Amino acid sequence: MALSEELRGPETVEALDKSQPKDPEERSILASRIILFVVLFLLWMVFSGKFDPFHLSLGVISSTIVSVFAGPLIPELRGKGLMRSWGRFLSYLPWLLWQIWLANLHMLRLSFSPRVLDLIDPEIITFNPGLKKDLSKLTLANSITLTPGTITISISTYGTFRVHRIDKVSAEGITSGTMIEKVKKAFGES
Amino acid sequence: MLLALCSILIILGMVFLLGGSVGILRLPDFYTRMHPAGKLDSMGSLLVNLGVAIYVALDFNLANLLTSIKVLLIAVFIYLSSPTATHCIVDAAIRAGLEPWKKG
Repeated sequence: MALSEELRGPETVEALDKSQPKDPEERSILASRIILFVVLFLLWMVFSGKFDPFHLSLGVISSTIVSVFAGPLIPELRGKGLMRSWGRFLSYLPWLLWQIWLANLHMLRLSFSPRVLDLIDPEIITFNPGLKKDLSKLTLANSITLTPGTITISISTYGTFRVHRIDKVSAEGITSGTMIEKVKKAFGES
Repeated sequence: MLLALCSILIILGMVFLLGGSVGILRLPDFYTRMHPAGKLDSMGSLLVNLGVAIYVALDFNLANLLTSIKVLLIAVFIYLSSPTATHCIVDAAIRAGLEPWKKG
């Protein structure tokens, strides 16, 4: 455990020294490590497909090493209410998949239509959704890019998005603000 | 019954893949071509992978179940990496100064 304390930033180590061992911060760090370990070990079992003690113990060893060393690299994975925020995020995914499906059908129609050059109207639109967390900006950017017809070009430091859209219909989810509201709700920023 | 479902899924996925290729050929410039190239392809491979996963799991035992989970994980990783790659290419083109095609 000495090594993993070295890997953390100095301010985190200081906070840990000041606090009692059972405070919520340290408990949530431990919880995030355990979740990471479980996910890694499940992946190991799926990919190896061997359930004899030798292969399972190899999996336990490597998952432990990775979860101890990689925990401090992802600061968003710790913090209070980890399980609840994952639950909210997972409830956002079905809506996103449905939007991707609808937009794919639109894009497919566009791609096969005989008058494709009349139907498209490409433009770069700029907007500021007012998101605070980096993780929610990342999610919104990836959701926009995943939805066919819109691609995120860049996010500025102030949270301004530049998006390339292929026609007006594709960008409706963004310009009407539905997707932004959903992302804000999923990350508890509304 | 399930066999028909996987056939429908795989054929539908191939329609999406074909639509992606046709879109790349027909759209006017680089940025508009990235739309079918990045998205219709990931939807097509998701549907094909879903069909293959159901088909493999039809003969139900542990090894086949693991194989179908792996096939589904391919789709998950495509959906994680494809938007990032599309964004990177488009961002690089904007930085290099390529003007987007405009109507009229």
